[in-house]
Amino acid sequence: MSTISLNEVCMRTLGLENPWSMASYEKIGGYKIWRKIVTEKTPPEQIIEQLKLANLRGRGGAGFPTGLKWSFMSRNTPGQKYVVCNSDEGEPGTFKDRDILRFNPHQVIEGMAIAGYVMGATIGYNYLRGEFIEPFERCEQALNEARAAGLIGKNILGTDLNFELHHFLGAGAYICGEETALLESLEGKKGFPRFKPPFPANYGLYGRPTNINNTESYASVPVILQKGGQWFLDLGVPNNGGTKIFCISGHVNKPGNYEIPLGTPFKTLLEMAGGVRGGKQLKAVIPGGSSVPILPGATMMQLNMDYDSISKAGSMLGSGGVICMDENTDMVKVLERIAYFYYEESCGQCTPCREGTGWLMRTIKRIVSGKGQMRDLELLISVSDNIMGRTICALGDAAAMPVLSFIKHFRSEFEAYIQNG
Amino acid sequence: MVEIEINGKKIEAAQGSMIIEVADQHDVRIPRFCYHKKLSVAANCRMCLVEVGDVRKPLPACATPITQGMKVFTRSKLALDAQRAVMEFLLINHPLDCPVCDQGGECELQDLAMGYGRDVSRFNLGKRAVSDHDVGPLIETEMTRCIHCTRCVRFGKEIAGLHELGVMNRGEHLEISTLVGRAITSELSGNMIDVCPVGALTSKPYRFSARAWELTQRPGIAAHDGVGSYIYAHTIHNEVKRIVPRECEALNETWVSDRDRFSYEGLYHKDRVLTPKIKRNGHWEEVNWSDALAFAAERLRAVSDTQGADALGALASPNSSCEEFYLFQKLMRGLGSAHIDHRLRQHDFSDENQFAAYPHSGVTLTELAKADVILLLGSIVRKEQPIVAHRIRMASLTGATVLVVNPLDDTFQFNVASKQIVPGGDLLLGIAKIAKALVAGSEKIKPSAAIAEFLKDITVDDTAQQQANYLKDAKQAVIFLGALALNHPQAAAIRGMADFIAQHTQTTLGLLCEGANSAGAYLMGAVPHRLPGGQNSTKQGESTQAMVLSEKINAMILLGLEAEYDLAYAHRAQKALKNMQTVIALTAYQTPHLLNYAEVILPITPSAEMAGTFVNMQGDTLAFSALTSPQGQSRPAWKILRVLANLLAIEGFDYQTLEDVQQEIAPHLTTAKPTQRWSFAAPQLELAERLRIAPVPIYAQDPLVRRATALQHTPDAAFGGVRINSAEAQALGLAQALEVLVRQQECEVRLPLVIDEHIPNGAVYLASGIPETRDLDGAYEAIYLEQVVDNHA
Ligand SMILES: Cc1cc2nc3c(=O)[nH]c(=O)nc-3n(C[C@H](O)[C@H](O)[C@H](O)COP(=O)(O)O)c2cc1C
Ligand code: SF4
Ligand code: FES
Repeated sequence: MSTISLNEVCMRTLGLENPWSMASYEKIGGYKIWRKIVTEKTPPEQIIEQLKLANLRGRGGAGFPTGLKWSFMSRNTPGQKYVVCNSDEGEPGTFKDRDILRFNPHQVIEGMAIAGYVMGATIGYNYLRGEFIEPFERCEQALNEARAAGLIGKNILGTDLNFELHHFLGAGAYICGEETALLESLEGKKGFPRFKPPFPANYGLYGRPTNINNTESYASVPVILQKGGQWFLDLGVPNNGGTKIFCISGHVNKPGNYEIPLGTPFKTLLEMAGGVRGGKQLKAVIPGGSSVPILPGATMMQLNMDYDSISKAGSMLGSGGVICMDENTDMVKVLERIAYFYYEESCGQCTPCREGTGWLMRTIKRIVSGKGQMRDLELLISVSDNIMGRTICALGDAAAMPVLSFIKHFRSEFEAYIQNG
Repeated sequence: MVEIEINGKKIEAAQGSMIIEVADQHDVRIPRFCYHKKLSVAANCRMCLVEVGDVRKPLPACATPITQGMKVFTRSKLALDAQRAVMEFLLINHPLDCPVCDQGGECELQDLAMGYGRDVSRFNLGKRAVSDHDVGPLIETEMTRCIHCTRCVRFGKEIAGLHELGVMNRGEHLEISTLVGRAITSELSGNMIDVCPVGALTSKPYRFSARAWELTQRPGIAAHDGVGSYIYAHTIHNEVKRIVPRECEALNETWVSDRDRFSYEGLYHKDRVLTPKIKRNGHWEEVNWSDALAFAAERLRAVSDTQGADALGALASPNSSCEEFYLFQKLMRGLGSAHIDHRLRQHDFSDENQFAAYPHSGVTLTELAKADVILLLGSIVRKEQPIVAHRIRMASLTGATVLVVNPLDDTFQFNVASKQIVPGGDLLLGIAKIAKALVAGSEKIKPSAAIAEFLKDITVDDTAQQQANYLKDAKQAVIFLGALALNHPQAAAIRGMADFIAQHTQTTLGLLCEGANSAGAYLMGAVPHRLPGGQNSTKQGESTQAMVLSEKINAMILLGLEAEYDLAYAHRAQKALKNMQTVIALTAYQTPHLLNYAEVILPITPSAEMAGTFVNMQGDTLAFSALTSPQGQSRPAWKILRVLANLLAIEGFDYQTLEDVQQEIAPHLTTAKPTQRWSFAAPQLELAERLRIAPVPIYAQDPLVRRATALQHTPDAAFGGVRINSAEAQALGLAQALEVLVRQQECEVRLPLVIDEHIPNGAVYLASGIPETRDLDGAYEAIYLEQVVDNHA
């Protein structure tokens, strides 16, 4: 096994005593950067420069360059602006933000404070998934510590800088992880995604300019600024800077979170996770959370874990939820479960997703129950195509892509169900 | 302006417009469901997906703003594939029950399915069924048909201003519904039926009574408020089946109020009289027209011959047409009497000579949008003038500040920045406080002696000061006097004080008169002091009040009104009429009360069954034609008046057609905006210690709407009881009472008591115009409440 540097960025407090405490965080240099920025009034452009150099790409799923996103929001727009952290983490197979919040909450707070400073937002919200009770308590505790130290709140470190932060617990809807649904939910409304444009940078929370990033994206920022954009970039491979937490689950011996450099071969990641359970063959992998296309195990073994490599193979790195399936897995049943998830979680406001997810789910169920017909496969493909790219938010695509990729790679299993009843 | 291309055609359009708006302006049809030009963009149905330039995905035309050089393709393969796919999705769970659906034939889903649907469905699973909700007597729901476009929800939130419908659940379980068990109460609710593109929300009164393709559509004007909304009547077999809005951007836009929409039901009420009748020896007989008219002429002649023309009086409903008003006053003046009036609920006539040619709303509805401050003085505007209320709401949403001075604390569907709820119905005190604050705040404002004297002892409070500040700083303010101010016993002084404020600020004063044609009544001379065209009359007649109370009138002609509901002094009016030698009622309806006091019934047609002209409160002349022909033997009143005048040998009544009458009145219909000014004089009348505040409920406004069955089942039509606040109840020893004995003048009625903290001290809320109070008296007079003593042992 090659030597891989583990836990260099978001998980860097692991191993310390009470890793979530302010004391531990400061021991590894936490809040140094924030103090420096506050006292020296670092020009925001310099900070954005470093993020661009680091090539930090959004860790929430879409991989949008964070530096570029921050540059869209004009610091000088008058009136209230907001920064929002997306800790809704609802994507099946994904459980990294939870651990960041549990073990390194201060780093998220520091990242958000820096973001607030850069974009001129004096209020931040961290939207946590409804079930995240323990992480919520850790975050609150950390926030209290940071407030007590004068790092968050009014007149930070005695300067004229203000940044107030609030934690918000969701109510358990997957759709509230979609950034505009999240904003609606924060406003106290039903979690319906908004049509974009306008984007949150122009019309966000309460109609004000708002920046939204994933937990891991914010948590990466302090380290990047502390150690330099170049350092971060060099951790990964070109165009895929830094490390990424992969949540490996399924039929592996040691499921869990692994923060490793982008570009690490999948093979290595699988080895770190102890290989396939029971020494079986790897049949398939969903490399980036349930919303991305599935890839055959053999294909995966050739790939590196970075945005470009996975994308070239026809899938996406997504949120970093790596779901591994061994040779005994019934792919039709896996798809049935995934289709049920999107059917259940569709917000229902736009037609193709509201009507299509149920149609897909029930058609697959029918195949599983032995009443399927050959033409159902063409129907599934056609319905998926009819959803793709025609909805308000990407949940529609997320429901369609698994169906298309499962049928593409494992068609014979579907045919077997249909033929053998 | 930017230039774009739609389907290869170059088009110039305003920057910021959405593709669909530009396409609509140029008659390029893009299919849509959720888009509605008066509502916010939701972009949820996805039916309007079109191809744009080299964007790989189709974009929703309703939510995509145009940009310079944009190339749009509405019928390319990319666009059509997307539109057809969305149509398929919309139909898989739709019941396709068009044969039993009222929307069939006028359904947007049905229409578009013809163009974008498949012949045979690929969906062979079970369909979704959704349970229905009873949302009240006006709207029928069939929620299985709903396509979740949320137009109705957005209408409620954005236009009606009441969030009564919402989206429940998520995904496939999404449902549009009211909060559990609630009814829809907005006075604009019927518009939800129109905005619903499918048969999920349909008209309950119309249900299953016709198919869309059998109906004939006729344009008309609604006859219930001062707006004169544009409507279409849909008729079949000479019967109005329903009313829908006819677009008029200057007045009702694409909406109509529920009162305008559903009151047609009253046309077919069992009270309609369809044959002339006379009372002989205390018995009613049906007679033919010539006998009835001869009898009426003879009875009038008998009174005028013995007691002189001054014993003849005439009262007309403010909903009468200009033609009717004109002939009515011409008949009366021809007989030598100037006792004619249409101001049925007014109490104070002392400033009538100061009125301009006709009462005007001060600003047009379009101008109202530019107002930065709007003061409602004595108005429950939502119930009086629903469309005006909607326009005030729109103005308030774009930044106008709304102020209220009212004798009771009603709710509004817009934000009210400051409310003065005056005790004891003392609106004059409320407005005077504002005047005093203005005078105190500026050396430049020099009040007249009368005003200075009146303001002397008045103290300004914070609310009045705040309201004065808003008015002082306003660039374009409007004060609207509503029904509660116009019918107030000190109406003249209130008007004078309001005008003083208007003169010393950037404010326009406007009147929100009742009825569809108050302005027309003035212009036609249906007032005792003015001739047609607003000329002062040398012979001054008596007002409604004097005619009813003075005992000098011995023969009365009534046009389209019911004394027990439409007059300010229900009880005394009925008694006075009963004591007269003759009462000739030109009426569409008969009631036991009318049969009691009238001697002749001449059945007229409501405005729906005749042609005519209204002048609305902003001075627009609104001509209308009949929606159906008259029922039975009923006749348009102008024809009856013409024959009656001929029988009475009055000159100048040889009209052959309505056009002849219209030619004669045309010169008097110059409706340029009048300059309205009123000077202040201290009121002659002191307010009673405990005043009855008696608004007319929205669905009790006129004889037609009072007989519209569905509207009469709405919460708005439910009797609200006698309402006082708890402190007053305590003081009167009524804290535990469920019923009270209500006394006014010599009448006494037992009614339910409701404790309501929205009613200030010194005031008793008890509506007028309704059966429960038709045997009571003055709407703004003293009222006494006593404990009920039950003596049945
Ligand atoms: C249906 C749906 C669910 C999503 N759920 C999450 C989530 O749980 N957490 C998250 O960070 N982003 C989620 N996203 C992505 C966000 O919309 C958004 O792209 C992200 O928060 C941006 O942050 P980043 O730029 O830091 O990646 C979701 C998107 C969709 C369409
Ligand atoms: S794609 Fe699905 S989840 Fe997203 S807005 Fe449309 S219905 Fe809601
Ligand atoms: S009309 Fe454009 S999405 Fe519905």
